[in-house]
Amino acid sequence: MSVAANRTGRLRRAAAGNLTLALLALLLVGLTLGMGQLEPLFRALFPDLSQPLYSRDSFLNLMLAHIGLVLVSSLISVSVGVAAGLFVTRPAGREFEPMVSSLAAIGQTFPPAAVLAIAVPLAGFGFTPTIIALSLYGLLPVIQNTIAGLGTVPASTREAARGNGMSALQILWRVELPLAMRVIIAGIRVSVIINIGTATIGSTVGAKSLGTPLIAGLVGNNLAYVIQGALLVGLLAIVTDLAFERLERRYSFGG
Amino acid sequence: MPREHTPRVIGNRVLLTLWLAAAIGVALLPFATLSPNRLVSGQPVMLWQALPVWQLGGLGLIAAGLLLAALARPLPPRAADWLGLALTLPLLGLALFALGDYAQRALAEASPAARVSQGGAFWLLLLAAALIAVDALQRLRLGLLSRALFALLALGLIGACLASDLLAPLSLMREFANQRDIFVAQGLRHLSLVGGALLPALALGLPLGLVATRSRRWRDGLFSVLNVFQTLPSIAVFGLLIAPLAALAHAVPWLGELGVSGIGVAPAIIALVLYSLLPVVRNTYAGLAGVPATTLEAARGMGMTSRQILWRVELPLALPVILSGLRIVTVQAIGLTVVAALIGAGGFGAFIFQGLGQYAIDLVLLGAIPTIVLAVIADFLLQLLVAASRPPGTR
Repeated sequence: MSVAANRTGRLRRAAAGNLTLALLALLLVGLTLGMGQLEPLFRALFPDLSQPLYSRDSFLNLMLAHIGLVLVSSLISVSVGVAAGLFVTRPAGREFEPMVSSLAAIGQTFPPAAVLAIAVPLAGFGFTPTIIALSLYGLLPVIQNTIAGLGTVPASTREAARGNGMSALQILWRVELPLAMRVIIAGIRVSVIINIGTATIGSTVGAKSLGTPLIAGLVGNNLAYVIQGALLVGLLAIVTDLAFERLERRYSFGG
Repeated sequence: MPREHTPRVIGNRVLLTLWLAAAIGVALLPFATLSPNRLVSGQPVMLWQALPVWQLGGLGLIAAGLLLAALARPLPPRAADWLGLALTLPLLGLALFALGDYAQRALAEASPAARVSQGGAFWLLLLAAALIAVDALQRLRLGLLSRALFALLALGLIGACLASDLLAPLSLMREFANQRDIFVAQGLRHLSLVGGALLPALALGLPLGLVATRSRRWRDGLFSVLNVFQTLPSIAVFGLLIAPLAALAHAVPWLGELGVSGIGVAPAIIALVLYSLLPVVRNTYAGLAGVPATTLEAARGMGMTSRQILWRVELPLALPVILSGLRIVTVQAIGLTVVAALIGAGGFGAFIFQGLGQYAIDLVLLGAIPTIVLAVIADFLLQLLVAASRPPGTR
């Protein structure tokens, strides 16, 4: 009985979560497209400002640029990170596992903003250093969770699959990866969320993003710009995180 | 097993990979750059152009020794690992010495405005030395204390190079010398922001974690609220706090007199506390929830009161997990404080953003390198603390 009650409770919570996600996503799209309609509101809130609405670029452009930065860097992080995680958990690469694991652990103690700053002397200003910094930093949680996820697959399960006559590749695709998927997605989630935040600071090294109005507002003492940028980037992060939460839940077995 | 038939040539493929990567990098990247003044970008100077013969010979010897350590013969594995570990210190020392020495010689012939900066190959040698040491320490399975001792040796070597005038001619060190007073002030500011955020975060987070273990309803609500804060980009939180705090300081004048304002320290500390709460609460909860029920039962059976159980049983057993949470938030706070410089809170981030604004790379590095060093050292120290807090027998 309590199991059934638990189950309906969980379903109800999942449905409420879906609704929250849908509403927030709608709000995100609405604000991105319709920030201009809110100009009277910002004018009323900040009567001292002559320019209460950021107008050097459209918020849609900034949003797309931001998502572009995160998407490109996350694609690089995920493909390289999962590949590296797979390599060091195969017999051929096992010798590299301790080194790669400790690199991922030590690297994550580096502050993202410092990594971004250090990419500038290497790659100049603009889109490229931001992509380099985001991809490198985003790589680490993906590698770490790929190794951890594959590590949770019990040896007996792998043994059983081998006993069923599956090849090493089949075991990887049909047994190990599906079982590790939830942990791998959790790593991708961490990586993407960090990258959404770091892409915001990317505007200090000349990459266009939602941080552009935010930083412009901080430098030029225009609080309205700050709020417009912060609202959109905050919403983007929350919506992305909730979406990943759904995705992760889809891959949890026997939860 | 084919390995038993063909004798292995390579004993340590990780070391060999690092060796090759470093060799290729050193061949392709400049060791230093020489520029006529601080505004013009420099000319690349390759390793073999920068180093005199005896230093190149020394580097060759170290490289040969490392190659020997990577081979399966003639050294037994443990001796090879010790050799690799031992050679990282001369590698580090030589890279630092060669850079300072080159800068001295190059600047003696150039105009007074000329600057020498470190190049990619220099960083790569340092990175290779660090990674080779990490690999050797892992293979030797040395304990945390021996690792700390080795790290101390390496840090001492770097410290000695910085303390002597060896590296003084470098552009980065000249920038440091110009900014020494500000550097110390910003460093102290950075540390006090981190400390000022961690204390309230612990004072709030520990009781909240305790509440989370006692009430399920509180736990779910608490975790979802705190999780939202962890998700939000730091600069957005800093920015969103400006308007309410400015309004608050305006409405309540004595708060304004205390130094509360929209920009600066107040929003920085509030945001850092909000970010730090989730790991503290989560780890306090996880630590307390991880105490076995049988242990609690036994304590109750011995006649301990619930307060005694909390202080003498639950908290000591949960301490390693709670301290792991402290480790996470300390490292996180050191990193987030960089961003707080954007709202005028100061700290090492001030150098970074000032440098980015003026395209002054030395200034950027002057902020970025100490932050990274600070984060790595804090992480290591707290790791030692976590290990020390484990009850004997479970270490």
